[in-house]
Amino acid sequence: MNARQKNTTEYNFAYLDEDTKRMIRRALLKAVAIPGYQVPFASREMPMPYGWGTGGVQVTAACLTPDDVLKVIDQGADDTTNAVSIRKFFQRTADVAVTEATQDATIIQTRHRIPEAALTEGQILVFQVPIPEPLRFLEPRETETRKMHELEEYGLMHVKLYEDIAKHGQIATAYAYPVKVEGRYVMDPSPIPKFDNPKLSGNPALMLFGAGREQRIYALPPHTNVVSLDFEDHPFEASKANHNCDICGAGDTYLDEVITDDQGSRMFVCSDTDHCRIRQEA
Amino acid sequence: MQPLLQVKDIRKTYGPRIGCTDVSFDLYPGEVMGIVGESGSGKSTLLSCLAGHAQPDTGAVIFDGRDTVTMPEPERRMLARTDWAYVHQNPRDGLRMGVSAGGNVGERLMAVGARNYGTIRDTATDWLGRVEINADRIDDRPSQFSGGMQQRLQIARNLVTGPRLVFMDEPTGGLDVSVQARLLDLLRGLVRRMGLSAIIVTHDLAVVRLLADRLMVMKGGHVVEQGLTDQVLDDPQHAYTQLLVSSVLQV
Amino acid sequence: MIDVQNVTKTFTLHNQGGTVIPVMQGASLSVAAGECVGLIGQSGAGKSTLMRMIWGNYLAASGSIMVAGVDVARAAPREIIALRRHTMGYVSQFLRVVPRVPTIDVVAEPLDCEDAHEQAAALLTRLRIPERLWGLSPTTFSGGEQQRVNIARGFIAPRPVLLLDEPTASLDAANRETVIALIEEAKAAGSAIIGIFHDEGARDRVCDRVVNVTRFA
Repeated sequence: MNARQKNTTEYNFAYLDEDTKRMIRRALLKAVAIPGYQVPFASREMPMPYGWGTGGVQVTAACLTPDDVLKVIDQGADDTTNAVSIRKFFQRTADVAVTEATQDATIIQTRHRIPEAALTEGQILVFQVPIPEPLRFLEPRETETRKMHELEEYGLMHVKLYEDIAKHGQIATAYAYPVKVEGRYVMDPSPIPKFDNPKLSGNPALMLFGAGREQRIYALPPHTNVVSLDFEDHPFEASKANHNCDICGAGDTYLDEVITDDQGSRMFVCSDTDHCRIRQEA
Repeated sequence: MQPLLQVKDIRKTYGPRIGCTDVSFDLYPGEVMGIVGESGSGKSTLLSCLAGHAQPDTGAVIFDGRDTVTMPEPERRMLARTDWAYVHQNPRDGLRMGVSAGGNVGERLMAVGARNYGTIRDTATDWLGRVEINADRIDDRPSQFSGGMQQRLQIARNLVTGPRLVFMDEPTGGLDVSVQARLLDLLRGLVRRMGLSAIIVTHDLAVVRLLADRLMVMKGGHVVEQGLTDQVLDDPQHAYTQLLVSSVLQV
Repeated sequence: MIDVQNVTKTFTLHNQGGTVIPVMQGASLSVAAGECVGLIGQSGAGKSTLMRMIWGNYLAASGSIMVAGVDVARAAPREIIALRRHTMGYVSQFLRVVPRVPTIDVVAEPLDCEDAHEQAAALLTRLRIPERLWGLSPTTFSGGEQQRVNIARGFIAPRPVLLLDEPTASLDAANRETVIALIEEAKAAGSAIIGIFHDEGARDRVCDRVVNVTRFA
């Protein structure tokens, strides 16, 4: 109780001032109304460097209420630097309850993963996005990419996939795999592995994407239809390492490869630490 | 026969300065028209207005019965990647330098909905052959190509969707004379075989003599003379055209 | 087939004080199918000028030039091009082609059929162009060879109207005979021909009558 009083005197709830939160919520509402469309917003300086999730943190701050239960993951893990520091940030500035259990969380901020456990209605998943524009690497002009989105000129997206196949014999894009949302906007799902792409479609949770440096917010409302782009003769595949988890034995989860010594020994473990823990305990 | 393109009273000014004015002509299917004039004569401004890159102050550019000046931008852009093609003087402006030759040729196909990798690649291979680029260069980037090859690649990329009208801005501009001849021959063959209509802006009278059926001579934003190419070059009527023709060492 | 009526031609040299040079007035001439008419008159009398006006290369100041029903003096460029593509052939004294295009392709170009190359080969053989040269561009050839390539190109496709500017000039006796035979064959096939021949022997053999253009001066 003492701590809470101390915090609320030093910070506004969840760090951002109310006007900023309102501005971000407006952007979020617009983003939800137009799934996959990148809404510009006035991204603020946050007390962390760009690339550490400033976009995600601002979206989370705008969504948090005192009753929320927050989970933060970085590449699926609850215990890595980025996850720990963002979790602590909101504990200090909003004093919200935190958890590592996916099903207990009301808001999950994530860097580059979607949890293995199925999300449920009412949950919000906040993605940290480095580069929101899927057309960026092929078309450097922002004015032109906006026009291309406006007019649904998405041939260029397939040029990227074509180049992949030409170079590697298959679509080698393994993360940030472009998707088309509700048959309209092509969207960068942030650098999640393409293994997670199928979970974007028809998901009962609300998915929000925040790009702090690029000042863009976009969203997938619950149960949105999301299709990964592909060719007829090179269909999309949600691939993963051909192994089981060396800790919990799961054969259907996304795995991290961990080098264990200088002799090149390695093991494969679930990237979702919470999922792996639950399976070990069971 | 109906004209493919009807240009009516095109005028474009830059403040008080005239870019081009009072330009009208009809272009029929299969016709190649050259536009010549010195720098600043308004020929490039005119080409920009015709191709939809610039908005004319007045006038109409009617393609296949539709005014492309007033049509909504999405339609115009659709036209630009289907029925129209634009060959830039500098291939770097018309190519994606970071994308392989095959990807460059395939882009227009994918832009109009091609989604079969094998088919796209086969078509790209075929087109590289038609512009005399070896099939084994299909995965090389244009930056590894010579200037002449880049220009041929740009042409393949433009013609792959079978356009009906091609705009060319000094297509042989930056090339060596020996490479120019080869490109001209190639262009002439493609234009004939595909029955293309084309509008070619150039200051090189030899280029229009070889490629263009008709010629339009511009000076100070005005069309001073137009007619059959060899007639305008061999029996010029206007003082400026006479000067232009007599100034060339050998056409 | 060809009907020239009252044609006037002047050259205005705008860049030389606006000098107006009248070269022809009241030129009238008509040629029926299967007929060959020779233009005569000394150098500068306007033989080539008249021929070039019929070809559409020079613009007539007034009068009419009907060729197969089209008035060349007034026709739109595309009508003249269609005429040249299907009806009217022209053998000039100069060969003008895209560099590097092989001779065989230059000759076959006016034809639009499957065996164009075989026909071109046959005609080149008849005109004694050695086969080893067929794959080369005629721009590298000698004057006589270029002239024969030009003739082959002009005669390969049957044309109802043929304009011949010195077709036998700079040819040896054997090739001259071949060209005269080609002209006679075209006449027999019904072509209306206008020719300029300094070679009087050839002129006498192929021309049904001559027109002296000096009377149009």
